[in-house]
Amino acid sequence: MLEIEGKLQAELARGIEALQTVANAESLEAWKQEFLGKKSLVMQVYGSMGKLAKEERPIIGKAVNQAKAGLEAALAEKEEGIKAASQQEAFTKETLDVTLPGRKPRRGRIHPLHLTLRQIYRIFGDMGFQIYRSPEVETDDYNFTFLNMPPYHPARDMWDTFYTDKEGVVLRTHTSPGQVRVMRERAPENIRVILPGTTMRYEQLTARSEIEFIQVELLVVGKGITFADMRGTLNDFARRTFGENARTRLRPSFFPFTEPSAEMDVECFVCGGEGCGVCKGTGWLEILGCGMVHPTVLRYGGYDPEVYSGFAAGMGIDRSTLMRYHIDDIRHFRNNDIRFLEQF
Amino acid sequence: MKAPLSWLKDYIDLDGVGIEEIANLLTNVGLEVESVQLVGVEKPEGKLKNKYFGLPWDKEKFVVAEVLEVNQHPNADRLTLCELNDGTGITTVLTGAPNMFPYLGKGRLEQPIKVAYAREGALLYDGHQPGQVVTKLKKTTIRGVESRSMICSEKELGISEEHEGVIELDEDAPVGMPLVDYMGDVVYEVAILPNMARDASILGIARELSAVLGRPLRLPEGVALEKGGAIAEKVGLEVRNTELNPRFMLGMVEETQARQSPYWVRRRLSLAGMRPIDALVDATNYTMLEIGQPLHAFDYDLLRERAGGKPTIITRTAYEGEKITLLDGSEPQLDPQMELVTDTVGPLSIAGVMGGGETAVHAETRNLLIESANWNFINIRKTLSKTRINSEAAYRFSRDVHPALAETALSLCLKRVQEWGGGEVVQGVLDEYAKPYVDTVNRISAEKIAEVLGQEISLEESTRILERLGFTCWMEGRELVAKSPATRTDIETGIIGQRNLIEEIARVYGYERIAGKRLSDELPPQVGNPGLEAEERIRDIMVSIGLQDTLAYRQTSPEREARLFIGRKAPEGLAYVRLKNPITPERTVMRRSAMATMLELLEYNAKFRPGLALFELGPVFLPLADEILPHEALRLSIGMTGAWEVASWDRPQSPAMDFFDLKGVVEALLDGLHLEEVKFQAVELPCFHPGKSAEVRVGEEILGVMGELHPQVKKNFAFGQDPVLVAEFDGEALVRLSNAVFTNRPISNYPAMVEDIALIVDESVPADDLEALIWQAGGKLLVDVKLFDVYRDARLGEGKKSLAYQLTYQAFDRTLTDKDALNIRNRIVKQTKNTFGAVLRSQ
Repeated sequence: MLEIEGKLQAELARGIEALQTVANAESLEAWKQEFLGKKSLVMQVYGSMGKLAKEERPIIGKAVNQAKAGLEAALAEKEEGIKAASQQEAFTKETLDVTLPGRKPRRGRIHPLHLTLRQIYRIFGDMGFQIYRSPEVETDDYNFTFLNMPPYHPARDMWDTFYTDKEGVVLRTHTSPGQVRVMRERAPENIRVILPGTTMRYEQLTARSEIEFIQVELLVVGKGITFADMRGTLNDFARRTFGENARTRLRPSFFPFTEPSAEMDVECFVCGGEGCGVCKGTGWLEILGCGMVHPTVLRYGGYDPEVYSGFAAGMGIDRSTLMRYHIDDIRHFRNNDIRFLEQF
Repeated sequence: MKAPLSWLKDYIDLDGVGIEEIANLLTNVGLEVESVQLVGVEKPEGKLKNKYFGLPWDKEKFVVAEVLEVNQHPNADRLTLCELNDGTGITTVLTGAPNMFPYLGKGRLEQPIKVAYAREGALLYDGHQPGQVVTKLKKTTIRGVESRSMICSEKELGISEEHEGVIELDEDAPVGMPLVDYMGDVVYEVAILPNMARDASILGIARELSAVLGRPLRLPEGVALEKGGAIAEKVGLEVRNTELNPRFMLGMVEETQARQSPYWVRRRLSLAGMRPIDALVDATNYTMLEIGQPLHAFDYDLLRERAGGKPTIITRTAYEGEKITLLDGSEPQLDPQMELVTDTVGPLSIAGVMGGGETAVHAETRNLLIESANWNFINIRKTLSKTRINSEAAYRFSRDVHPALAETALSLCLKRVQEWGGGEVVQGVLDEYAKPYVDTVNRISAEKIAEVLGQEISLEESTRILERLGFTCWMEGRELVAKSPATRTDIETGIIGQRNLIEEIARVYGYERIAGKRLSDELPPQVGNPGLEAEERIRDIMVSIGLQDTLAYRQTSPEREARLFIGRKAPEGLAYVRLKNPITPERTVMRRSAMATMLELLEYNAKFRPGLALFELGPVFLPLADEILPHEALRLSIGMTGAWEVASWDRPQSPAMDFFDLKGVVEALLDGLHLEEVKFQAVELPCFHPGKSAEVRVGEEILGVMGELHPQVKKNFAFGQDPVLVAEFDGEALVRLSNAVFTNRPISNYPAMVEDIALIVDESVPADDLEALIWQAGGKLLVDVKLFDVYRDARLGEGKKSLAYQLTYQAFDRTLTDKDALNIRNRIVKQTKNTFGAVLRSQ
């Protein structure tokens, strides 16, 4: 064995050993200079190869290659280690308090009453109902007379009406005028529509009563439509809205444009019928009025009441939305206080 | 309508039917029970579906007692000491009740006074505090006399507001009996539907219970009436218009007294919500509450005095300029539409509404003339709409009363006057009833019932129901024939009459027994609602951009909308839909401007948040010259102010929004609706900053306006420093021009080349036009043009600006070369130079 071979072996061993103590990029650089730099033994051997005897060259060449490869492999491993360590260090420095609040993007929201409307559109849409809209400023004829309330009819008292300065023009007190409008447009076809929209009544503005509110009316006209069909449709609606187990009850009521007329209550979804503040202790919530379309209304709409029948129902969605979200004041809906709207 | 249970029981046997059950039966038959007042009675047990209030009277603590002697309190003039027997012995009770003073110093009373007596520890309402404050009766010493019990007033027992005097019970009240057993009661407050006005009476409510329970009804009996007779010597009668006054009856009682009614009458009246007055007035009110027919009583001697002899009652419409002072002291304006009861001298009362004060019953009345009449309800309604008078009589007459009830009522009332006030009923009655009311007759088959209800109810069952409601029924072939009862006028004839009957049958049969079915008729022709769909799309796009959806009041005032103009001066002659009866001066018209609404919303909310971005989609109301109804024009309004991005803990909030934030929102919306060929054009409008406002057009059509609020207009609102940005769009145009269907652009798989160029042009060249030319010159390989810088500098030259664009070139079939890019670029430079004199800015 040539002397140089031994030296190279020792150099390799020394290099690997020296690498043990290297812990950072600077000392690694120094190590590189020492063991793989121009003045290092390995490089000096390479430099002196030309001066060597011909028979020594392959032997020494192999030895120096081995030593270099060994040192380089050790270096690569060390570099990897140091990189990982320094990344680890960086991670530690960069660690966040993830409980700090996120940056809030500006978020737009749908108005709560529009949310309710959309839900109703969906439910009745599934049942084959189309959506029909009609004017908010209406004639007295459509708002009253065609709905079986000629002038001075006692039932006109049921609605406190806003009158305009134009004779015979009122702000609609309910969405029912749309019944006759849609009938006149569609007769003699079957009808299955909902009539959503803003209605207005002359009332005191309080936490519980509004002068403007949104109603959704339901109208079905066809041959052989019955009270039982009405009940079934409204039950389905109640179950879709208030849950599969929602119980309803129908009790007699009066609307001039339906006969027989009924009021539908749903078991209070807040207390499950036990009685609470929302249902005023009764266990029931009044959700809609309904009935079989009055023959007079069918006639005004262009349908022969001896051949056609139908049912109608109407509900105020402001009130049901109040109950759903436990809202304390109905005026929030149209005051549009951002602190209220942002909660939806 | 308040119905005391004790009174209902006069007409129907309710044994074994619980308090709660009665309430539920009433509600289920259409008489919705709004509340149940417990007068001394314990609240029923179990799960209750009704609202209850009231205090129970402990049987040990509240009893009937009798006052044997009333003595002066030794140390107080205003107090008396009553020797009282409560059934267990004699005690002394202290009271300040004024109605005990007349007995003072009379020694042992010949006729002891029966009273409601409460012992120590009793829970009752404080008689000296407003409202109902529950208090516990405790031992006290008043001016040296110990007091541990009391004699109660109606207020203390929850019967009425009366707290001055104590109750004097009827003489037959059994001493020592628990008070609740003697006069405990339950009062049902029932909502009367407009078509059930016949049930604004105790008997009407009892009849409904009779129908639903299947128990017989006991009708009250009055005195027998004979037409004509001695009364014709005392008074004359003339009915001028039988349409307005279908029936008029007079009866008379002589030598009666306006004394106090028996206590049970007064208690019933109080519980039913009417104030007891005297036996004569009470008799008319009691009868009205009992059967629903209002009556009026005149002091006969006053009538005689007025007429200077035998009076004649004349019913007629008012003469122009006639005057009357009513019982309540009011002097309503009379006109020839109004029906009056008059005598030869002038008006005595407004028919069916309210009597005049001059001939009213008073404490000294001896001879009583009783009017029991029927009035045309539509005419009454017209009168009420002008005079705005509220009375129990008007309430009933304005909902139509059956003329047969006039006779029943008179017979009952004469009997009561005689029983409670004493005297003799004058023989005979006067009765003008020219056209007796014909009760309707309807026929109905079992098939017809099933056809409407979708549920079979046999004719036997239907007959039972109708008969209990007072109909007279018989069968003709396979049809049930039903004659309406002579107590109601709401049953029509023909198909409507049939429906009326079906409703009667169904509500008593029970709506709850009619099972639901799913609709099975053929679906109608399918008609979409593209307008609504587009509106909902607009709403979704606006929300996705980050704006808040709002919902505006339709009602506003011209003054509020005038805030949109400098100096709050709106142009002259804006046509509004005006309300005849506005609820407040702030809401007198239907709005014309959605922008005005939006500014109010921004103003209201600006104090709550550093930045706002709102929108609203809703109608404005524009009167049309040739149309009855206004045009309800859909508007989209947008309002923005303050910071778009809110500050977070490590980052300041973004700067206040300006014109281009609003424009960005508008562009995003129009892009989302796939509107084509949209143009923004500078415009001067009164409410906007003259240099920061634009009109948005598609072709010649103006879609809307947008801009920064004019500083002078901003002063009309409470805004801070930040610019206020608003826009108002024609929603119908947006909906119409939006494209739900559009052509999607393919995406190229070849690499794109991107380069920047900056062009120097005159200030007057609109950026929009320059960009349009770049697109045109670039040809189909130019796929994107993005303005990234606008630069002005003296070195560019006076009145010059540099616009820097990032241009993207891309082909669908190959990778572009530098030569391709150079060609496009050269074309752009050349054409912009030719058209706008643009100079390429050296890099």
